[in-house]
Amino acid sequence: MLIIKDLQASIEDKQILKGINLTVKPGEVHAIMGPNGSGKSTLSAVLTGNPAYTVTGGSVEFYGKDLLALSPEDRAHEGLFLSFQYPVEIPGVSMVNFMRTALNEKRKYFGQEPLSAADFLKLMREKRSIVQLDNKLASRAVNEGFSGGEKKRNEIFQMAMLEPKLSILDETDSGLDIDALRIVASGVNTLKSKENATIVITHYQRLLDYIKPDFVHVLYKGRIVMSAGPELALELEDKGYDWIKEQVDSQQ
Amino acid sequence: MNALQQYIDLYDANREFIEQQSPALLNMSRREAREQLATARLPRKGSEDYEASDLEAVFAHDYGVNVNRLPFDADPSNTFHCDVPNMSTCLYYSSNDAFHSSATAERNIGQVVVEPFSMAAVDYPELMASYYGKLANLSDPTVALNSLLVQDGLFIYVPDGVVAERPIQLVNIFNAALDMMVQRRLLIIVGKNASIKLLACDHTQSPDYHYLNNQVIEIVAMSGSHVDFYDLEESTPKTSRVSSVYVDQHEGSNVLIDGITLINGFTRNNYHVEVNGEHAETHLLGMTIASGEQHVDSHTFISHNAPRCNSNEMFKYVLNDNAVGAFAGKILVQPNCPRVEAYQGNRNLCGAPTAKMYTKPQLEIYTDDVMCSHGSAVGQLDEDALFYMRTRGIGIDEARRLLMQAFVADVIDGVRLDALKDRLHYLVEKRFAGTLSNCAGCMAACRPTE
Repeated sequence: MLIIKDLQASIEDKQILKGINLTVKPGEVHAIMGPNGSGKSTLSAVLTGNPAYTVTGGSVEFYGKDLLALSPEDRAHEGLFLSFQYPVEIPGVSMVNFMRTALNEKRKYFGQEPLSAADFLKLMREKRSIVQLDNKLASRAVNEGFSGGEKKRNEIFQMAMLEPKLSILDETDSGLDIDALRIVASGVNTLKSKENATIVITHYQRLLDYIKPDFVHVLYKGRIVMSAGPELALELEDKGYDWIKEQVDSQQ
Repeated sequence: MNALQQYIDLYDANREFIEQQSPALLNMSRREAREQLATARLPRKGSEDYEASDLEAVFAHDYGVNVNRLPFDADPSNTFHCDVPNMSTCLYYSSNDAFHSSATAERNIGQVVVEPFSMAAVDYPELMASYYGKLANLSDPTVALNSLLVQDGLFIYVPDGVVAERPIQLVNIFNAALDMMVQRRLLIIVGKNASIKLLACDHTQSPDYHYLNNQVIEIVAMSGSHVDFYDLEESTPKTSRVSSVYVDQHEGSNVLIDGITLINGFTRNNYHVEVNGEHAETHLLGMTIASGEQHVDSHTFISHNAPRCNSNEMFKYVLNDNAVGAFAGKILVQPNCPRVEAYQGNRNLCGAPTAKMYTKPQLEIYTDDVMCSHGSAVGQLDEDALFYMRTRGIGIDEARRLLMQAFVADVIDGVRLDALKDRLHYLVEKRFAGTLSNCAGCMAACRPTE
């Protein structure tokens, strides 16, 4: 579904991604690990179309479409979702209004009628239970005053509402206690199917105990320098990144 | 050049005639106004308190003045319904410069008195004599001009202890088929422990003509009274307005003034509040949504002349295209007024690089032991929030609208009339969606929606 070829990107003239190659097929879970500053979050930002970044080379194909040519909102409509590392607070915009607008914009994109208020609220109720999100949170402004755990649960709730084909979870485990981590991971696993895929960006093996990856990639200095099965995550947890860094740096 | 001269000349030529058909009381302050105007000049842009607005240019246009009090045929109540659903109001109309008799006479609203000055001068001569023109400051040339040419106005009186059950709504409509200036005038007296909610809606039915509303409003809030005054402007790009609201607050009174501009041409709103009694509470709110060439300038002055009072002021502007906004607010705490709490805020959103905002918050404090704050900010839409919304599939335009609506939401939520609050949320939504015409509330639909 996703084919990334030699993707290069920069922010304010600083080259961050220096040629990423990655292919994701339906049903797969990919973990992207790597030391701080290696470009993990940049990759998620570029894939979702954050205007702060400039693509300087390469291509991204999503279900045969040129992803990079689409606006962020159209990427979302086509089935791409990003769970933010730092979800944004939007005072004054209620979760209900936010979600209803998002859902109806997607329906409009596919030429469907807007959802009725009753159907929408029913859907909200149903999806809320997946991540045990309190009704009170749903009636408040988007992420405003939410705890770290609530914000992340809210991200997975939005993912459940929008039913994306490809979800990128950017450091979804950061700021979560063990219970919240379990709830978030079980939410992700509930939403998993043969048709959709997940890219998990994380520093730690911990999250991968709950969300089992099929592939683990190591990103370093803007490139994927190593790809293997889930056993690589365990090895990294054990040995750290230094041995990979040395290996890559010596080759250069 | 002196834009005032044409109107002074008009007055001088018609003085006898004007005085004949006006209550004697109005004529007294008229003469005083004439003396003031002999040497007065309208402020130019850049002069003190007029950093962004050129009143000379606004008045220089050749407006007609209905000196002869010719009646306009149309009864606005037949065609115009300012439709605030779920809100049962006592409705009054003014069309151009006249209160429509058919719309005002047939309504009986218990003990609350709403009548034109011409009637009030006969029915309540003492009240009129005690309060008319007593707050308004004739050294302001626009106020003097209003006092010079005004021939009628609306007198609203809530006797002591009377609580007006239903809100009073005054719909002011411009519908003359010529360029015209009117002098609207209100005198509102709210007795001890009395209460009133008043909604004034300024509309313009003919988008083709230039109109100028040069209005003066005096509000006296006696001790323990509650006054809500909502002032909604939804006119046209060719409509100008210079409005001066004067408030005298007595002990324990609670006054809320909320000025909302959705569509206009040029607007200057002056608010002058004198807090003269202890434990009085003042809420001064403003919301402006401007695009195109709209110009909205608010000038506020709250003087705390008594101890232990609260005032809370918040003005918000959302400016797009070439719109110009201005806010100057001053809070004055006089000597020997301890325990005053006064807060002032002005927050502005410039949605386009060509939109301009001028802001000047001011505090002047002559007493220790007070709590005061003032602040002002001009910013753009939050890029992070915009991107976050777009990743959820909300298009850029829709995302901008949601954020702009969210920005003004708290000012709307300060409205103490639920039906009006809902209506404002709806109107603001339409305004941002670009589907609000000046006739949004009009059943006649004489103009197609944009």
